[in-house]
Amino acid sequence: MSKRIEDLKVLENKRLTNDIFLLELLAADKLPDFKPGQFVQVRVDGSPETFLRRPISIHDVDYERNTFKLMIQIAGKGTSALSDLGRGDFVNLIYPLGNSFSLPAVSNKVLLVGGGCGVAPLLFLGKYLRSNGYVPDVLLGFRNKKRIIEYREYLKIGNVFLTTEDGSEGEKGYVTDHSIFSAGHYDKIYCCGPDSMMKAIAGYCKKIGISCEVSLENLMACGIGACLCCIVDTVNGNLCSCTDGPVFDIKDLKW
Amino acid sequence: MVKLGFSIGDLHFKNPVLTASGTFGYGAEFDDFFDVSRLGGIVVKGTTLEPREGNMYPRMAETPSGMLNAVGLQNKGIDYFEKSIYPRLKGYDTNVIVNINGSYVDDYVTLAGRIDKLNKIPAIELNISCPNVKMGGMAFGTNLESAREVTRKVRAVYSKILIVKLSPNVTNIVDFARVVEEEGADSISLINTLLGMSVDVKRMKPSLSTITGGLSGPAIKPVALRMVWQVAKAVSIPVIGMGGIMTASDALEFILAGASAVQVGTASFINPRCSIEILDGIEKYLVEKKFADIKEIVGYINHID
Repeated sequence: MSKRIEDLKVLENKRLTNDIFLLELLAADKLPDFKPGQFVQVRVDGSPETFLRRPISIHDVDYERNTFKLMIQIAGKGTSALSDLGRGDFVNLIYPLGNSFSLPAVSNKVLLVGGGCGVAPLLFLGKYLRSNGYVPDVLLGFRNKKRIIEYREYLKIGNVFLTTEDGSEGEKGYVTDHSIFSAGHYDKIYCCGPDSMMKAIAGYCKKIGISCEVSLENLMACGIGACLCCIVDTVNGNLCSCTDGPVFDIKDLKW
Repeated sequence: MVKLGFSIGDLHFKNPVLTASGTFGYGAEFDDFFDVSRLGGIVVKGTTLEPREGNMYPRMAETPSGMLNAVGLQNKGIDYFEKSIYPRLKGYDTNVIVNINGSYVDDYVTLAGRIDKLNKIPAIELNISCPNVKMGGMAFGTNLESAREVTRKVRAVYSKILIVKLSPNVTNIVDFARVVEEEGADSISLINTLLGMSVDVKRMKPSLSTITGGLSGPAIKPVALRMVWQVAKAVSIPVIGMGGIMTASDALEFILAGASAVQVGTASFINPRCSIEILDGIEKYLVEKKFADIKEIVGYINHID
């Protein structure tokens, strides 16, 4: 699939929490077929301190309207500058980048696990799985009730289970504490969130011997496999998270 | 038509815009964005005798107007290069130059000898300036006698165009330029990255796994330009300038200061089309200024009273 570099028009910038926002972008040309798990490199203009692009995963795609959404957490000066984009502004992207989550085997029972802003790529993945005949369960973890984002959107995928660290909504604790792990059996888990969460889920999957794919978020410069900065230590040596990832099967990671 | 070509020895380049080693992969990474064959040349990723995994993550840190890297010459080694990469590179209609690195002088000599046999590789760039490896690399480029020895021994076994890439991490870069010219270099490229570091204040530790790394990007451009100007005045072989070039105007600064050509590096990370846009911009500038040949402006600022 061909990568492009292009200015996209901001249709909406919607604040979801105090530090997470949703950008809806309109492409001038027909969108390419995105694969779930892929990301874009967003240029941040206007400050010498934000020299590099910011890699952001694709949250949702609407081919009919030729738009897609990015869910972004303000983590520094770059993402903070992007949060100021308004309707009608243009933003320069390189996209689509990276590999993708793989389809599970036909009869597989599938669970998507996301934490915080890491839930972002799972919406597009979930919708993609639904359109391919799967009905995945979704488990989302947040710090507290106020930080739950896009809950209704995830309901379109399948059953949604929640945890909050303070118990203000759903089950109390981390995603790995949720009762579905003792109740249900899954054949494949897709996971994106903080490293500690993904490692805990990966540990669970290894222990019971089921397949698991995670989406990593490494520091990145180019996003196209040229700089070799965003490497992941794998059983096959150092691989680029931008081109060999961002999705990795946990059996390839040294976790 | 404006003449954009230049030559190093008997090797002709159709234009003065090349891409810098370690910033352009093996070209294919950029095929989606423009016709790579339009470039004057591409300098492919630093190659060593043995496969190297490079340094541990994190090996990159963003800095104001630039970035630090500590990749550490990750590459699959010369055997893999010959077998798997070289056959793919042959398709480009441009000068493909291999950047070579070693821990010992003999490594450079062996590499140069092997690449000499690859028909479609008309030149090598001798990297004596990588700041991110424990042995070799910059050690050769920051000691005059080492620079002399490695250039001399590679020259003895390498029959094609030899470019030596200098380190800016020296007191007097002109001394190094003169030494490698004396020992038979056909061209000098400069600058490699400047040794730097960054501390992650939030985590209270160095930003890079290696603590120090190489600084690139517009932050280093004035330093690079000064060094290119000094070297171009001191040697009679063509100089290839690089360091923080983001626009055609940046590239023209180097050319006006004495560079026969430029390499575009870190800029390709932010704008993959940067090198080709710079080429178009240089051509437009020459047309507007009514120059027929780029050679008329190489070192222009040094000829005026």
